[in-house]
Amino acid sequence: MTSVELQQETTRRSRAWKNRLFLGVMLFSMFVAFGTLAVLLVDTIVTGWPAISWQILSSLPSSVPGEAGARPAILATLYLGLIVLVLSVPIGVLTAIYLEEYANRSRWWNKLIEVNIQNLAAVPSIVYGILGLAFIVRGIGVGRVVFAGGLILTLVVLPTVVVASREAIRSVPDSIRQGAFALGATKWQVVWRQVLPAAIPGMATGSILALSRAVGETAPLLMVGAVVYVPFNPTLFGQYTALPVQIYNWTKQPDAEFQTLAAAGAIVLLVIVLSMNAVAIFLRNRYRRQW
Amino acid sequence: MVVIEQPALALPRKRIRWGEQLVHLLLFIAAAISVLTTLGIVLSLLMPAIDFFREVSPWEFFTGTTWAPLFLDAHFGVVPLVVGTFVISFWSALVAFPLGVGVAIYLSEYARPRTSAVLKPVLEILAAIPTVVLGYFALTFVTPFLRDIGLSVEIFNVLSASLVLGIMLIPTVATLSEDAMAAVPRDLRDGGYALGADKLQVSTRIVVPAAISGIIAAFVLAFSRAVGETMIVLIAAGQLAQITFDPRETIETMTAFIGATGNGDVPTGSIEYKTIFAVGLTLFLITLVMNLVSIRLVRKYREIYE
Repeated sequence: MTSVELQQETTRRSRAWKNRLFLGVMLFSMFVAFGTLAVLLVDTIVTGWPAISWQILSSLPSSVPGEAGARPAILATLYLGLIVLVLSVPIGVLTAIYLEEYANRSRWWNKLIEVNIQNLAAVPSIVYGILGLAFIVRGIGVGRVVFAGGLILTLVVLPTVVVASREAIRSVPDSIRQGAFALGATKWQVVWRQVLPAAIPGMATGSILALSRAVGETAPLLMVGAVVYVPFNPTLFGQYTALPVQIYNWTKQPDAEFQTLAAAGAIVLLVIVLSMNAVAIFLRNRYRRQW
Repeated sequence: MVVIEQPALALPRKRIRWGEQLVHLLLFIAAAISVLTTLGIVLSLLMPAIDFFREVSPWEFFTGTTWAPLFLDAHFGVVPLVVGTFVISFWSALVAFPLGVGVAIYLSEYARPRTSAVLKPVLEILAAIPTVVLGYFALTFVTPFLRDIGLSVEIFNVLSASLVLGIMLIPTVATLSEDAMAAVPRDLRDGGYALGADKLQVSTRIVVPAAISGIIAAFVLAFSRAVGETMIVLIAAGQLAQITFDPRETIETMTAFIGATGNGDVPTGSIEYKTIFAVGLTLFLITLVMNLVSIRLVRKYREIYE
């Protein structure tokens, strides 16, 4: 072997090693992310399983861990989800239609709305809680009720719904709009009868993901949720504790049995949140359309 | 978006369709709700915060190093909370940035389309885990684990909160960075290969530099989310406002203070009540600056390649 060949061989080998090392680093990154997820799920299920029974779904919270359940909290979480769904989807979709189809982007107020929504998407959720505390709980004076929580969670996830709906609208090709315009349709007819139906799968996916985020959200509810424990079923304008807050309260208890309850609550919450995610992912794969 | 050009011919004057106008107005109102939300946030923070600063001088608040608002001998120095927040964010960034970019490069450059079609939803699931569950996991699994491997951490400590928070942020970093890498034109990669570069060189010397503004945007946004995260730090990092850079110790972040105090029944108008808003305002301003930087960076890389 000549010295040049030897040098080439060394370069080739060191390149191969570097490539292998780099691949190893990347696989390590994947391993940390997915490994943690797996450990978290297994640990939660193993810890919480003994407390998973009909009781956690049907009983009231109690200071005696053996008798405690999370029925009011689960119901409150379902109510909150319903309020968020009813409010955030229409407002979010209408905002998306405005920004994509109607807004003239050279106008400063439309630019303002855009940047504003991007910023709102990254405002810490606890800040929304402060807004709720100041305006809804203390300001209007309705107190720490389900409706206040639903309103605040709606504002928290609204930017997510808007962003997802905009993407869905944007992916509808212009030829469809132009075809409808050519047939004499008005702008709203084009949007309502052509663009929206084509964008529904994308919007549904985004809305479900936003809803699952709202259901798991805890921080803002600390500010607008009940202070004391709630041993009764929630009503729209009544005191409540949502499931994530209930889990947090159990976590704070020093008693080990409450830790088991917290894990059991976490299982229930994970089942709700992850099944919503599964539906969203399924919808996205099922209705993905190539134009 | 469709722009209809007005024809140059003199056609009969366009009839005003009132229904269409009404729709336009309604859509605008829906869009304006988001602006009202921001306005509401600013007002709800500012008014009690101004009240607060009438009682406590801004100088004492922003430079004081003792945070004890509930004590008889009350001190309102926000520095320990800000330091606590940034210490947590620093450590979680140390976890999330390299691992997030590693995942992004793998998904964008190495994984086969079918592999990433499976892995991406799993990443979404990681992003979807409620933070209260992550906090519980940090406290009841990660902290005992750290003790088992010989680290003498407090029950509530920076390290376990940051580790879990950092891992929670991997999907944020990975997804946004991968978007930026996907926007790098194929030609650039092919040019690299034509010059004899291997996959490692193309990835690290062509794709990553070309996507760098998007990757930095992802970093800034992830950092902003770390600063604003509440539940993990409240549950796992504790509520002891002290200035320490030792990750084994207990600290308190701005968000943890707001969450813990807001959850109690503080009387409206009391000084404790107003501290929530002063700290909230500080938090809001810090994240606002980072979010605007991130938004600008994302716009930049989109402009280059689109």
